[in-house]
Amino acid sequence: MVILTMDKTFILDGKTIPFEEGETIMEAASAAGVYIPHLCHHPEFKPHGSCKLCTVSIGGRLGASCTNKAAAGMVVESETEALNADRRALTQMLFVEGNHICPSCEKSGNCQLQAVAYHLDMLTPHFTHFYPARDIDASHPDVLLERNRCILCELCVRASRDVDGKNVFGIGGRGIKSRLIVNSASGRLADTNLSVTDRAVEVCPTGAILRKRHGFTVPIGRRLYDHHDIAEVPVAGMKEPRSS
Amino acid sequence: MTEPKKLRVATCSLAGCFGCHMSLLDIDEKLFDLLKVVEFDRSPITDIKTCGPCDIGIVEGGVCNAENVHVLKEFRKNCKVLVAMGACAITGGIPALRNNVDLWDCFQEVYHYGIGLENGQIPNDPELPLPFDKVHPINEVVRIDYFLPGCPPSADAIWQFLTDLAAGREPKLDYEMLHYD
Ligand code: SF4
Ligand code: SF4
Ligand code: FES
Repeated sequence: MVILTMDKTFILDGKTIPFEEGETIMEAASAAGVYIPHLCHHPEFKPHGSCKLCTVSIGGRLGASCTNKAAAGMVVESETEALNADRRALTQMLFVEGNHICPSCEKSGNCQLQAVAYHLDMLTPHFTHFYPARDIDASHPDVLLERNRCILCELCVRASRDVDGKNVFGIGGRGIKSRLIVNSASGRLADTNLSVTDRAVEVCPTGAILRKRHGFTVPIGRRLYDHHDIAEVPVAGMKEPRSS
Repeated sequence: MTEPKKLRVATCSLAGCFGCHMSLLDIDEKLFDLLKVVEFDRSPITDIKTCGPCDIGIVEGGVCNAENVHVLKEFRKNCKVLVAMGACAITGGIPALRNNVDLWDCFQEVYHYGIGLENGQIPNDPELPLPFDKVHPINEVVRIDYFLPGCPPSADAIWQFLTDLAAGREPKLDYEMLHYD
């Protein structure tokens, strides 16, 4: 039935989505106003493809929608019970792998990890908590680095390297030992040229990089995701939905 | 006129702050409606000390010592449905902030070096339950049937949850009622 109208469109959960040459499924979907859960994707940065939350079925094969290019006529499924169950399990693993004690976190209500968990109706982290020992770096006068809440999305790494031109952050170690490191001889944030206005500070989706003395300027209960599902809250930098 | 059989409910607070129980009381005048369909067994509300056979057990707080585990197992044994209420029961919560601090250092800080302390002593009465080196969520100790997140869950969320459960429906929280903080 398809081919004729298929030029530069694909099907996502039964909906026809237009795309421009070179766009990923994620980019085309968000331009069409369709939300696909994601954490390591940000419209301003090169895809990273690490959190796997955005995994969709592309003609029956699973792939990350933030790295797979849209192609004419492809049939993509995202909002299926099975995919959302996988996403929930991934999110639960992110929670137990770190120390996410939301009631004591300044980011609560504005946090994308938490918001995605709400979106997926996650009632419990389910898996056995690791309670890993992770360092806090409070050395910088204006920025706090709270590694307990880092999900290793590398958005700060990409922002510092590609936008700020400073290369302050990196990922060290492998597998479960991976951790966010600071590129200075001492390993301390105070000994870098990071500034509180850097894109890297703003872009962190969780409470891992925080501006000091701003934690509760907006009270709990009046924050971004307190009353609105992340699917309805546009991410800063996300293109306006294409009108067509 | 025969009244329908009431659901028997037990509640307890383990390593929690009683905030969830305060939120339960916060359902205010709806407590009267609730009491038409439930009656309380062991609970801080009744002061009954041991849990008998119940339809629903509601546990606030994680486990931080041997007594917590004892109570939790008593609840699991006696309650057909066991509910983890609040962030601490579900994740360990605020008490779990100590999980990467050495227990002895914690005691020193609290009983020896805390502000305003003089000649502090670490309590060691044999009646005191033995503390664990880490605080754990309750689902790491017993099987849990339902989770009601929040710190605390709002009175509305508790009301919604309990009325769903009492009516035999699968409890469902609206977006605004689902919170981890
Ligand atoms: S970073 Fe997000 S999920 Fe983690 S503790 Fe903070 S609010 Fe909760
Ligand atoms: S600090 Fe934030 S932005 Fe950087 S990797 Fe961790 S979660 Fe991602
Ligand atoms: S958003 Fe695609 S893998 Fe993380």
